[in-house]
Amino acid sequence: MKSKIYRTLILIAIIALLTACGSGGGNGSGNGPSTGSGGASSDAKQESLPPVELLNVSYDPTRELYEAYNELFAEYWLNEKGQKVTIKQSHGGSGKQARSVIDGLEADVVTLALGYDIDAIADAGLISPDWQSQFDLNSSPYTSTIVFLVREGNPKGIKDWDDLIKEGVEVITPNPKTSGGARWNYLAAWGYALKKSGGDEAYAQEFVKELFKHVPVLDSGARGATTTFVERKIGDVLLAWENEAFLSLKEFGEDQFDIVTPSLSILAEPPVAIVDKVVDKRGTREVAEAYLNYLYTEEAQKVIGENFYRPTLPSVAEQFKDVFVDVELLTIDDDFGGWRAAQEKHFADGGIFDQIYTPGS
Amino acid sequence: MKGSRKASVLPGFGLSLGFTVLYLSLIVIIPLASVLIKTAGMSFTEFWAAVTNARVLAAYKLSFLTAFFAAAVNAVFGLLVAWVLVRYRFPGKRLIDSIVDLPFALPTAVAGIALTSIYAPTGWVGSLLEPLGLKIAYTPIGITIALVFIGLPFVVRTVQPVLQDLDKDVEEAAVMLGAYRWRTFRRVILPELIPPLLTGFALAFARGIGEYGSVVFISGNMPMRTEIAPLLIMTKLEQFDYAGATAIALVMLVISFSLLLLINYMQWRYSRRVQAG
Amino acid sequence: MAGAIHAHLSDAASDRPAHATESRGVRIALITVALLFLALIILLPLISVIVEALSQGWRVYVESITEKDALSALRLTLITAAIAVPLNTVFGIAAAWAIAKFKFRGKNVLITLIDLPFAVSPVISGLIFVLLFGAQGLLGPWLAAHDIKVIFALPGIVLATIFVTFPFVARELIPLMQTQGVQEEEAAATLGAKGWQIFWRVTLPNIKWGLLYGIILCNARAMGEFGAVSVVSGHIRGQTNTLPLHVEILYNEYQFTASFAVASLLVLLALVTLVVKAIVEWKSEQRSAGSEGGTG
Repeated sequence: MKSKIYRTLILIAIIALLTACGSGGGNGSGNGPSTGSGGASSDAKQESLPPVELLNVSYDPTRELYEAYNELFAEYWLNEKGQKVTIKQSHGGSGKQARSVIDGLEADVVTLALGYDIDAIADAGLISPDWQSQFDLNSSPYTSTIVFLVREGNPKGIKDWDDLIKEGVEVITPNPKTSGGARWNYLAAWGYALKKSGGDEAYAQEFVKELFKHVPVLDSGARGATTTFVERKIGDVLLAWENEAFLSLKEFGEDQFDIVTPSLSILAEPPVAIVDKVVDKRGTREVAEAYLNYLYTEEAQKVIGENFYRPTLPSVAEQFKDVFVDVELLTIDDDFGGWRAAQEKHFADGGIFDQIYTPGS
Repeated sequence: MKGSRKASVLPGFGLSLGFTVLYLSLIVIIPLASVLIKTAGMSFTEFWAAVTNARVLAAYKLSFLTAFFAAAVNAVFGLLVAWVLVRYRFPGKRLIDSIVDLPFALPTAVAGIALTSIYAPTGWVGSLLEPLGLKIAYTPIGITIALVFIGLPFVVRTVQPVLQDLDKDVEEAAVMLGAYRWRTFRRVILPELIPPLLTGFALAFARGIGEYGSVVFISGNMPMRTEIAPLLIMTKLEQFDYAGATAIALVMLVISFSLLLLINYMQWRYSRRVQAG
Repeated sequence: MAGAIHAHLSDAASDRPAHATESRGVRIALITVALLFLALIILLPLISVIVEALSQGWRVYVESITEKDALSALRLTLITAAIAVPLNTVFGIAAAWAIAKFKFRGKNVLITLIDLPFAVSPVISGLIFVLLFGAQGLLGPWLAAHDIKVIFALPGIVLATIFVTFPFVARELIPLMQTQGVQEEEAAATLGAKGWQIFWRVTLPNIKWGLLYGIILCNARAMGEFGAVSVVSGHIRGQTNTLPLHVEILYNEYQFTASFAVASLLVLLALVTLVVKAIVEWKSEQRSAGSEGGTG
């Protein structure tokens, strides 16, 4: 009997030791980044404010933009307040990122692909329901639109949406169910068909159905679709965010692809918001608000333009007017009744997008 | 505890079983039960609608068929690889033996990207097959290849030890009796190999049904055609539809569990038969 | 016979009299087919990773793997494996001891439950921990109230990894210990050996190679897991990114070369473990050949 107790004790001791080692190692790593930033801030020791860290949870195509902007803002904040700010980034599909925030990822700010995803976070009670009015311009400091990226010389002669459903044209777009960008693609196509037919929804549905028949691969995200088009050389035209199309030219060579702007597209307004629950808990509201407000300033708008998003500040937009073609743009609020309505009608289970893939429909 | 089992002189039954069950509960059972709890929030009609939707059914069918074919390919070629590795001598054998475990170690996303770049129409193999009109990437064939990659070690590693321990005398006796090699294989060797082959097949099959990382890159993800069931779970999650996602997950869980239970039961029956004989 | 059950190659099995093996032609044909298959399915992807990784020369390669975020991802991956593998090893030994050395009801169900993580989709493996520990999850409110972070932090990543690699050690040991039976241990017990003595002196020497093999596979999978960890990580650069996730991030940033370079690091880690495994097997063979005197 005694030996049994003895054995149990030893085993418990071993397990305790293992877990202790484990958590010890874990703590070590947890301290790693903070000691790192502590060390870096020692040169600014005389400053009154301790260094602060922000987490910006964003979607896929903003990687390059925020990498540049974070540097700009950190410099501005240090000059303005004498406080060192480190901004951590997390990128992924817009919906997936929103879900992570809902599930407890402690983002101070979210900068996502569509308002619907921020609405979802608001529904979970983390963001105040009137978030869209808290920053200027519907909380959208930059905009973009949907364009066509075609192979050099445009061998298939693609000029507008109608050309996409021509015999033998292959179109690459991600899946609207899993990619925010793809929803903009889909809605732009829908809006075009609706306008062309004078508001005939049956025609529009037939048009998008035909369009998706020309899609050989449905990637789950915008970046995956670009890779399929660029690296795997599949398809004749990629429906892409304008910024992604420009970035592809920059990354893979201007002599490989051309950008075609269709006669009608959609105004994509990727919104930003403060995650109220998190900033109040962490005490970072001031810096988080400044972080988002600074996006509207001239310096930031320039960075935005340089990263191929459309600046919203007229003076900066003027500087970039040679880059971005003026095109008639639909808006989600005026033409589709807002994101919730569009989501419900098109992308929810059993919605129009599901119907076009249902056999026999 | 005594009396409920055959008395053993060995110590540590309570301790080891207790710890096993505790750890199993904490790591596997309780977390998996959360899937049940989540789906319990749905009414049965909702649940039924979620798991029998045409697209979901098509995805199940695709996942099962490709996993089945991949496991079948692995059963044949895994046996061959194990056979060659155990029975023959050739240069580099030990190295080849190590490489068989690679799919366990390589991150599935890397495997997916690598396989896609090889089998896409611009890839090393894809470009050779394209003129023949054979497409691999973005078709069910591509999915099957990814699953063959994932599942191969399961078959090789279950067959190998048994092959290794196979009694040489029985085989020799068969030869003495004048049986041809092929006949010896079919009548004497194969029956011994059936149980490990089944285990390997089942493990590869079960793993294939659920595989995600390596498949999404090569599958093309076309609804009704090349959309696998785990991708649908992801899709539901992107739409903040937790209940729908867990409903599909639950169906897959139950199937995997039944499959494994069946195999373990068959193994147990088999080992009893061997012991009795 | 001890130790022969687990997958190592002894030369004894390939030494066969001419009448009990295939003709030379058939042998060569079989070897060729097997090698071709392996080349097409396993070797080719491996080579493509390495070729891509080195496509811009060594300098870019070294830069990619010594970059700050890559190193922090490497550290996180190693820490995760360092916690998950020992825990699963202790569990594996305990489970194998209970299952192989004793008879009890429900053993089949228990073994099946241990197998289950093999068959659970990685997506689900991550999801279950979100359902449990996420802010909207069952324990979420309690954890939030006590300011304990599980998912999107180290504990979540470790938990998901433990779940995914759960069966490896146990699965390796159970059949091994089952074939070894209980005679040796019972003999030791009759001679008056105490519990831990029996384990250390009798059982452990018998299972140590199988155990090591299980640990190595468990470790390889722990370092390479992508799907499940992706769900619980939160993808914070330099903080909750493991190596496999970092590969994906780089790939999505069009840094294909860097992405494959980091991937090749994982391949390298895997190959190191596999080489260790090969050495271990070779040594164990030497020993068993010495002790068994070639009875095969």
